[in-house]
Amino acid sequence: MNAVARIQPDVRVNDFVLKIANVNGTGSASANGLLMKAIFRMGVPVVGKNLFPSNIQGLPTWYEIRLTKDGYRSRAGTTEFMVAMNAETYAQDLAEVSPGGVILYDDTWPRPEMHAREDITAIGVPLARMCNAEFDNARTRVLMKNMAYVGAVAALTGIDVEIIRSMVEEMFGTKAHLIEANMKAIQLGLDYIREKHAEPLNLRVEPMDKTAGHIMIDGNTAAGLGAVYAGATFGAWYPITPSTSLMDGYKAFCEKFRIDKETGEKNFCIIQAEDELASIGMAVGAGWNGARAFTPTSGPGISLMSEFIGFAYYAEIPVVLFDVQRAGPSTGLPTRTQQCDLTMAAYASHGDTKHICVYPADPRECFEMSVQSFDLAERFQAPVFFMTDLDIGMNDWMIEELEWDDSYVPDRGKVLSAKELEAMEKFYRYEDRDGDAVPYRTLPGTHPKGAYFTRGSGHNWKGGYTEDGVEYQEVLDRLTRKWESAADTVPGPVIVDAGKPTRRAIISIGGCDGAVREALDRFNEAGLPLNYLRVRGFPFNSEIEAFMAEHDEIFVVEQNRDAQLRSLLINETSVDKTKLVPILDYAGMPANPEFIYDAIMAHCETEEA
Amino acid sequence: MTSMPKPKISKHLPTNALGLTIRNYEGVMSTLCAGCGHDSVTAALVQAFWELNLAPESAAKVSGIGCSSKTTAYFMGQSHGINCVHGRMPSVATGANAVNGDLHYIGISGDGDSLSIGFGQFAHAIRRNLNMLYMIENNGVYGLTKGQFSASADIGTKSKKGLANEQTPIDPCVQALTLGAGFVARSFSGDKSQLVPLIKAALMHKGFAVIDVISPCVTFNDHAGSTKSYAHTYKYYHPLVHTDFVAQADEITGAPDEDGLLSVTLHDGGVLRLRQTESDYDPRDRAQAIETLMTPSDSGEIRTGLLYLNEDMGDMHASNSLPARPLNTIPQDVLCPGSEALAKLQARYR
Repeated sequence: MNAVARIQPDVRVNDFVLKIANVNGTGSASANGLLMKAIFRMGVPVVGKNLFPSNIQGLPTWYEIRLTKDGYRSRAGTTEFMVAMNAETYAQDLAEVSPGGVILYDDTWPRPEMHAREDITAIGVPLARMCNAEFDNARTRVLMKNMAYVGAVAALTGIDVEIIRSMVEEMFGTKAHLIEANMKAIQLGLDYIREKHAEPLNLRVEPMDKTAGHIMIDGNTAAGLGAVYAGATFGAWYPITPSTSLMDGYKAFCEKFRIDKETGEKNFCIIQAEDELASIGMAVGAGWNGARAFTPTSGPGISLMSEFIGFAYYAEIPVVLFDVQRAGPSTGLPTRTQQCDLTMAAYASHGDTKHICVYPADPRECFEMSVQSFDLAERFQAPVFFMTDLDIGMNDWMIEELEWDDSYVPDRGKVLSAKELEAMEKFYRYEDRDGDAVPYRTLPGTHPKGAYFTRGSGHNWKGGYTEDGVEYQEVLDRLTRKWESAADTVPGPVIVDAGKPTRRAIISIGGCDGAVREALDRFNEAGLPLNYLRVRGFPFNSEIEAFMAEHDEIFVVEQNRDAQLRSLLINETSVDKTKLVPILDYAGMPANPEFIYDAIMAHCETEEA
Repeated sequence: MTSMPKPKISKHLPTNALGLTIRNYEGVMSTLCAGCGHDSVTAALVQAFWELNLAPESAAKVSGIGCSSKTTAYFMGQSHGINCVHGRMPSVATGANAVNGDLHYIGISGDGDSLSIGFGQFAHAIRRNLNMLYMIENNGVYGLTKGQFSASADIGTKSKKGLANEQTPIDPCVQALTLGAGFVARSFSGDKSQLVPLIKAALMHKGFAVIDVISPCVTFNDHAGSTKSYAHTYKYYHPLVHTDFVAQADEITGAPDEDGLLSVTLHDGGVLRLRQTESDYDPRDRAQAIETLMTPSDSGEIRTGLLYLNEDMGDMHASNSLPARPLNTIPQDVLCPGSEALAKLQARYR
């Protein structure tokens, strides 16, 4: 017998990972959401990751719930409690459980293989048998099996059943029969465990007080809400994973807040375009006509939109692009996360183009930076890229409650009114009147004096067609100056000081933040203090340049194969590239601290050896 | 080179109800070849707008890429124009129109722009019934790249180098009819008397109005053996429906029940009077319109005029329940729910 099994595993309170393995399309999402939210309502910080296939029904799917009493914000990368509901992945799921952990499975049919490991506890619950006896039709039985494991997990770990009950009541509202059926299923699991499994588990959930003032929300919903608050009135899109829920969010909030109660008129317009070639064109058309306009998409969509992006850049038309990144190239892994569009977005389209980008790290920043993106687009009359990813966009994150300042006034940029045009001698679209590289624009229909011809062909500062190299270059140079001037307006970097002298640092971006911060704690414990800077906007501002100058060795942590953030840093600053050590995690999973810690430690050890 | 302004000598020219002469509706000097059909279409647009007494700034001109798309600079210099990317004018028009439906959207495209890369966008703008005038200046050839066949080239038509086209042509009018366009017309750049009333009617039609204008390319497709040459078009030109546009203010003459005469009041103003030149052609019968266009004529005639009209289709604004006032004028306090609503909303995320 394995010696490990003889040792009573440590009791872990509010500090373990519960992972549910299931079959896609069996309706497990609500059961898993219920578990996570119940733990959150018990005051325990949680991190949820839905690992789903590009499939409607049948392929394996996993849902991870990390309970983290210390309030960490990334995957742990381990599994202490596995709920194995998918026979196809039993072997893999069993192997994944950490020593001392637990696996719960459906023992309606004998599964001796689940007891093969002696260093973990295997618990069989006849979920199918109980649900088949209790419920009538096939679909209900499948759905209720999920609820039954909720009950079993709650009984085993100590999740408050009363909280679960109140959530089921909220979920189904006035549909009493659904509340009753779901609670019955939950009770089946609960009773079975209480009856057959008297011993408490070493993995326990106990009430805490660390989630007050927080919400659980996904980044796409938060970004869609931000677009509503920013006053965006036009969105065009083509469905693509993982960005679809951003438009779903925008739509739902518009339907709540933007429909005139008396007339039924909608103070917003959403067009589902025929493709991304069209969705960006529509957003550009609306931006040209003075609306705050956007399009949500993912990498493949940006590829298709590229020609129009160059047009909007050169013709100076405000538009916001939400790029919810997924793993590429090509179709790649549509349901896995990556930060692989960083360079594409920064320089999208043919010819010399440079764009303004913002990089949120969590749903809270998604809300805030969504609003900022619209301000940036109109202020600089340019396409703005909001660079998020599948992990931030589609997973529910625990964040501090969103706040809104009612004194917010949208920055609509330099738009001339009919009155101003009337008073003007002559209007020239691309004239740098203020010397800040940002020209004045006019909206169609305002005044005959404001009319101009917007074109992607060569134009001079007056807006006229030109093939004159000097005139052409003059406009192009102003565009560079305009882009550079955005460096101090885009969100600035966030710097975490190690509190101890160090010449080493980490630079990272977006959704890696949680994993980097957790790794920093471990580096501190290991006696390797590291300063940390998170990039939040492009073009890079002087703080980033200064931070790099202050350190001898900088680990650039990002989620792509080609070290794209590192490339941007090398390309756009004067940093010595030998100082920048790439730490790359591009397998498609949300970032985890283990990987970062190990990779950096390995590098340091090699260096010292 | 840079664009050249046109001299604006408007003395002694008649003025319209806004006190503007036709010069006020012109743009910069055309850079197309002398004799290009597109310049005649430009002139027809200028005249139609002037005659309709529409303020020049009330138009928004949209176009893609190609000789035809360039012409948006050559008319109505006091209107905003946008010359975007190849084949994707309909998407720009869609977004622009959605946020301000008060303007008259004039899309200028060509057979190269609309029937190849732009085919999808052309189709979907029709499906949305975007309220716009969509002109296809159709010459069967790519001019700017020196004479390649376009997707509207007829089978057997000859290129300047003498090669015959072997691929089946796309007929934008048949396509528009099958996709559900409410206003489908074909005309000829050489017949202003037909084209001007059609443009006026199309501008006053609420919904998607397509006019496919045969507009010969004098440099690359005006030779013997071409089915899009001036000579060929003049020879086989056959108006199927005679169109008169009468501004609403004007008195309507002619008995409404006169045989073969159809009067239609347009949503945005004016009355259309359609006179059949063939007693059995009914421009309100979509199936017949498709059948007529798809039946080859023994004599090779090119059927023109307002081929189909359906005035009673809700446009994109109606189907999206868009407000009466343009979206781009709605103040922030109406658009933004504010901090209290945000606080309340977040209960569902706890």
